[in-house]
Amino acid sequence: MSTLRDTYEAVIGLEVHAQLMTKSKMFCSCPNEFGAKINTNVCPVCTGQPGSLPTVNRNAIELGVRAAIALNCQIRDESIFARKNYFYPDLPKGYQISQYEKPFCEHGKLTVKLKSGEEKQIGITRIHFEEDAGKNVHAAFGTVVNLNRAGVPLIEIVSEPDMRTSHEAGQYLRALHSILRYGDICDGNMEQGNFRCDANISVRKRGETKFGTKVELKNINSFRFVEKAIDHEIDRQIDLVEKGETIKQQTRTWNSGKNITELMREKESAHDYRYFPDPDLSPLRITKSWQDKVRGAMPEMPEQVRQRFQKDYNLSDYDAGVLTASKELALYYQETVKICSNPKASANWVANELLGRLNAEGKEVYDSPVSAMQLGDLIGRIDQGEISGKIAKTVFEEMFATRKNPADIIKAKGLVQISDTGAIETVIDKVIAANPAQYADYKAGKVKLFAFFVGQVMKETRGQANPGIVNDLVKKKLDS
Amino acid sequence: MMEFNQLDMRSLLEGYQKKQFTVTEVVQASLKAIDLKNPKLNALLEVNAEKALTRARALDADISKASEKKLFGVPIAIKDNILVKDWQCTAGSKILEGYRAPYTATTVQRLEAEGAVIIGKANCDEFAMGSSNETSHYGSCRNPWDLERVPGGSSGGSAAAVAAGMCPASLGTDTGGSIRQPASLCGLVGLKPSYGRVSRYGVVSYASSLDQVGPFSRTVWDCARLLEVLSGADKKDATTSHLEVPPYAARLQESSLSQVTLGVAPQWLQGVDADVKEAFDRSIEQMKKEGAKIVEIDLPRTRYSLSVYYLIAPSEASSNLARYDGVHYGFRAKEFKDSEQLYNRSRGQGFGKEVKLRIMLGTYALSAGYYDAFYLKANQVRRLIQQDFEAAFQKCDAVLVPTSPSTAFKLGEKTDDPLKMYLSDIFTLPVNLAGLPGVSVPCGLDKKNLPIGLQLIGRPFEELKLLQIAQAHEKIQGVLRLP
Repeated sequence: MSTLRDTYEAVIGLEVHAQLMTKSKMFCSCPNEFGAKINTNVCPVCTGQPGSLPTVNRNAIELGVRAAIALNCQIRDESIFARKNYFYPDLPKGYQISQYEKPFCEHGKLTVKLKSGEEKQIGITRIHFEEDAGKNVHAAFGTVVNLNRAGVPLIEIVSEPDMRTSHEAGQYLRALHSILRYGDICDGNMEQGNFRCDANISVRKRGETKFGTKVELKNINSFRFVEKAIDHEIDRQIDLVEKGETIKQQTRTWNSGKNITELMREKESAHDYRYFPDPDLSPLRITKSWQDKVRGAMPEMPEQVRQRFQKDYNLSDYDAGVLTASKELALYYQETVKICSNPKASANWVANELLGRLNAEGKEVYDSPVSAMQLGDLIGRIDQGEISGKIAKTVFEEMFATRKNPADIIKAKGLVQISDTGAIETVIDKVIAANPAQYADYKAGKVKLFAFFVGQVMKETRGQANPGIVNDLVKKKLDS
Repeated sequence: MMEFNQLDMRSLLEGYQKKQFTVTEVVQASLKAIDLKNPKLNALLEVNAEKALTRARALDADISKASEKKLFGVPIAIKDNILVKDWQCTAGSKILEGYRAPYTATTVQRLEAEGAVIIGKANCDEFAMGSSNETSHYGSCRNPWDLERVPGGSSGGSAAAVAAGMCPASLGTDTGGSIRQPASLCGLVGLKPSYGRVSRYGVVSYASSLDQVGPFSRTVWDCARLLEVLSGADKKDATTSHLEVPPYAARLQESSLSQVTLGVAPQWLQGVDADVKEAFDRSIEQMKKEGAKIVEIDLPRTRYSLSVYYLIAPSEASSNLARYDGVHYGFRAKEFKDSEQLYNRSRGQGFGKEVKLRIMLGTYALSAGYYDAFYLKANQVRRLIQQDFEAAFQKCDAVLVPTSPSTAFKLGEKTDDPLKMYLSDIFTLPVNLAGLPGVSVPCGLDKKNLPIGLQLIGRPFEELKLLQIAQAHEKIQGVLRLP
């Protein structure tokens, strides 16, 4: 398989729909929120009542401009809202307001890091505004339409077909997700469909310049599924070509249960959406001064946070990179440092222990069972000598499993470190008395036995004795 | 008892201020006229006496403040394609049968804020597509001047209601002549404002880039007063203009005919009925006598108006009417297997012939492969027509033309031939395409005793100038009596 793959090359382009984090919808003042009671966030405009007209939400435009700036796009001073006409029950007006011939920005680029250590630049063809549709809800008595989501603002970010592997596509998507999160442009929640991805995939023999027939993969809702789905699709297409079959232009969907892509529909003829400029909306003007205002108020982007972490917390380039991979993680780390005031230890704990456990469980930072405040508390207890680093790892495991606070676990399990010299001396005396032969050997010059005595003391105290103090006292007792 | 329903709007306002009568009396007279005449005319599709009288009594309690409201106690009919909360809004179509408006249009809100009393919803051509009111699903409306004849359209009911003395004013919409042509055929003043002067929020969209709301009245002063209430920016309609709204009525007398130049395009007058031409020429002569300068102008590319209009309007309509699909509100076919059939049957049974014709025309014009040749080309020619007017307005302050080439025609006379019907809007269409204000004023009766209309076309947002000229013309002609 790997050799066959080597003779082919995949061409991948991604289309991402990102919901904008506005308070209200794109063309009316209804709240933009998830999970409200069915058909409560609606008004004459977003339910398409006769006579209702759209008006543009300036805040949505500003978030779009932020995305355009973050992705190095050229912004048009005048773009056009267009109607995309089609019938579907979740589309109350019979058309979706979108942008077609003149999107608000074009010609951007995004640099992504690959696991090989190399960087690759992916072109952004265009970003345009559009409104979301409602949702068909299938109930026992039939299908109903929930229009709470109808009219929610989206940007569609279309990449150039610059990606060649599923890894590149995955990294592009992660980088894009990160930028939109950092910019407070989109909350990035993939489960709720606030960040959705379609992939266009074709294969060709290496060295060819013409594109093969593309297949569209719809609505893939996690980074890992995107990579898996693309890999599966590439293999499927190579297989077909090898068998001498032609690849049909299709729309397919990823079945995560079966780990295969499945046919949604054949594109025998492309749907005619009869796009035309929406006569209810004037051209969208984004002046230079408006752009400058947005630029001036841009939230920190990942690269800036990375540099700040290196400078303020004295982190290595690598650590800073790991800790700023997502906005959630960077915020988590910052919060941990704020609690314990130990940037170095926080970096180790977050990057190694926390991320390790989360990855093992397939969890994301936002659903971590251990909060930043709890982790900072734990690190603080090590620094204050209440528990040893080794005990702390046991406590952390318990925290991760039970969501309990470190203080409660330490208390319940009696894990408080023994730093009382008197108590430790008593244990040392007991250990020496119990091991007269070893004591004699030590005295006779077998100094290596020092470690044996330390180990016995730690064993006696079930690891709770402060190792530094134990070392000092054992030495003192043996040599006295 | 005084015949309140014979009074124009200004007389009503003055009467209230002098406490000569009450709003309740006036509204009762309106309702009586409706009871008497509507069964024959079919001008109003919904009348709510209780609502109107409740409102009248509330206004009467405040009658000492009559002078503070610009439309205090004025009964007004609203075309049935404009939404008034809790009233029906059918747009003359079966597909909206039984639909109750969940909100009120900006224009109606403004009328009510100035003390107007909504008296009823007026009949109209289905989705404002028609020139005779005959495409209404709820039956034709008839012309009060001759019941065998049409009142014009699409705002036929609004015109007939005022001409029949049911109310002194009404609202219509005008996409290609739908206010001015029925005003002309019913002997009224009817104004189509500049595009963007009046909010379209709450108006059932036909062709969004052409639609405007405007008033019907018996006099120019009434028209001016209504326009100043209706006009102005609306944050719910992104296409409204922020230009200041002058007090039109108060400034009507500021200009005399000796200060204006009027343009006449000779090529526009070919094919006009003899009686219409005669009345038009007489008006020109009279105004000339009063000092107006008359110049010849050329509007060469307006001859493409009909073709351009019947590409742009149906294109926009095909998309605007997509929302009437049987899913969310309005008419739904009784039997269907799946959503495809739900759409096809609801729309197939819910829309009338003319509406289907225009939806098909527009769908075709917007289709991939035809878009450039039809929709895009039509918009290019639309700009040329605008340029023709811009050039003409270098030479004159207003363009004069008959509103319609003929007076009211008989019911059924043009229903078999869409093109013949479309031609009755030949002088009004270019005005919508160019976004200009246009007003139709009565200029006499033909030999059959039917009203003839004169149209004045002005520069964008120069409604004031237009109304001043119309006012001067009215002074010469006198106000036309009711039939």
